[in-house]
Amino acid sequence: MSIWEYANPVKFIRTTDKILPWVSIAAVVCLVGGLVWGFFFTPADYRQGSTVKIFYLHVPSALMAINAWMMMLVASLIWIVRRHHVSALAARAAAPVGAVMTLIALATGALWGQPMWGTWWAWDPRLTSFLILFLFYLGYMALWSAIENDDTAADLTSILCLVGSVFALLSRYAVNFWNQGLHQGASMSLDAEENVADVFWYPALVCIAGFVLLFIALVFLRTQTEIRARRARALLARERAA
Amino acid sequence: MMPELGKYAGVVLSSYAVSIGLIAVLVGASILRARKVRAELERIEERIKRGD
Amino acid sequence: MIALLTRDLRLAVRAGGGFGLGLAFFLIVTVLVPFGVGPETALLTKIAPGILWIGALLACLLSLDRILALDWEDGSLDLLATAPLPMEGIVTIKALAHWITTGLPLVLAAPALGVLLSLPTEGYLWLVVSLAVGTPALSVIGTFGAALTVGLKRGGLLMSLLVLPMYVPTLIFGAEVARRGAEGLTVQTPLLMLAGISFGALALLPFASAGVLRVNLR
Repeated sequence: MSIWEYANPVKFIRTTDKILPWVSIAAVVCLVGGLVWGFFFTPADYRQGSTVKIFYLHVPSALMAINAWMMMLVASLIWIVRRHHVSALAARAAAPVGAVMTLIALATGALWGQPMWGTWWAWDPRLTSFLILFLFYLGYMALWSAIENDDTAADLTSILCLVGSVFALLSRYAVNFWNQGLHQGASMSLDAEENVADVFWYPALVCIAGFVLLFIALVFLRTQTEIRARRARALLARERAA
Repeated sequence: MMPELGKYAGVVLSSYAVSIGLIAVLVGASILRARKVRAELERIEERIKRGD
Repeated sequence: MIALLTRDLRLAVRAGGGFGLGLAFFLIVTVLVPFGVGPETALLTKIAPGILWIGALLACLLSLDRILALDWEDGSLDLLATAPLPMEGIVTIKALAHWITTGLPLVLAAPALGVLLSLPTEGYLWLVVSLAVGTPALSVIGTFGAALTVGLKRGGLLMSLLVLPMYVPTLIFGAEVARRGAEGLTVQTPLLMLAGISFGALALLPFASAGVLRVNLR
């Protein structure tokens, strides 16, 4: 095995193979449980009606959209400092998951905004910064798939991830500044978990756990895939060279 | 069994549909690609082993 | 370093393209907008600062691949990399040359185009100031994008996708300065933020660009 000098990837696959089924089962249980609980067994909010049920999807996906980028940032840093291949591949594996989470957060936000704000899309600071985050995900994934050499791609994308993080954060505050005063109370209850009643809070918590587990399971699976794909490429290249 | 969704039934149901659909696509694509790559790698390794 | 700068400037002037193309593009974008939104003076006055900023941004974007691509193709980039100059210095000079050939003409041309969009009189000063402060950031960020995609055959579209999201903060604060200036409001806060972005980008991004370029030249 050691000829591929990927001792760590092998260990990674062996370890995650053991964990993966459990994480997947837990994710499914939490997701189905939380969503069914939230959808069927919670009352409608007196002010927002049944649209409050959208939050069981919106809040966890929005959280994961940001956390996925954070994870990519950490993985990129590890790659830059330690040159640990699994790390770069894990960042690559997480990007589409994060992008889909961002898309879900945007879609559910728009669907919620339609009856609540009377419009599908408002240039609310929070919505806008999520849109920008989505663009960053797109750019990151496009750069990965554009470069043929794996190591070059890993280097470039991890630097992009670092720089992009700074600019995403900057955009967040710039956008806040830009639309301040246009409609102040627009983002009213998006993250007001403190004053959310327990009836809504517990199922939401289960849903958040479900999304986290789903993310972990998907990243494990996709990282394994990336490792295998990379190894297949390496083998083919070796064969061609021989 | 169906809870009373009132006048917002449309948006609530469609947001669940959209989200679950997106997650299903993501999970499906991940699993499909995982299977494909795994099979391909096994094929290549098999061939190399036989070639030795 | 100065030799490199004069070389880049001379190349840009001789090859045409550099100066003229960006400016012409800026002009065309500005001219097209009234066709799109209609000739009402009141509406144009209102959106003029934003249009001018977006025009300048796009004109900047258009000329980004010239920063490094030509040197990459004829191999002079490899020569520069082996020169005693640090890579950070090279990318800074490249960004500076891009700003002088693209950003500066845009800044100077903006008032003339402001007339076309019936920008209010108070707006001209702050429009020029905001562009003068903001376009260096556009050049520096753009150099980073150009360095990322320099080795790619069809990198232009990808570079736009990478660079444009990073232009968001600069655009927001720059257009805000110009808008507030045009409406006669106080411009201090966004102007300071804009200057902060420019200086921050100028101080930090060359390291990222240089790192990326080193990877690409490997």
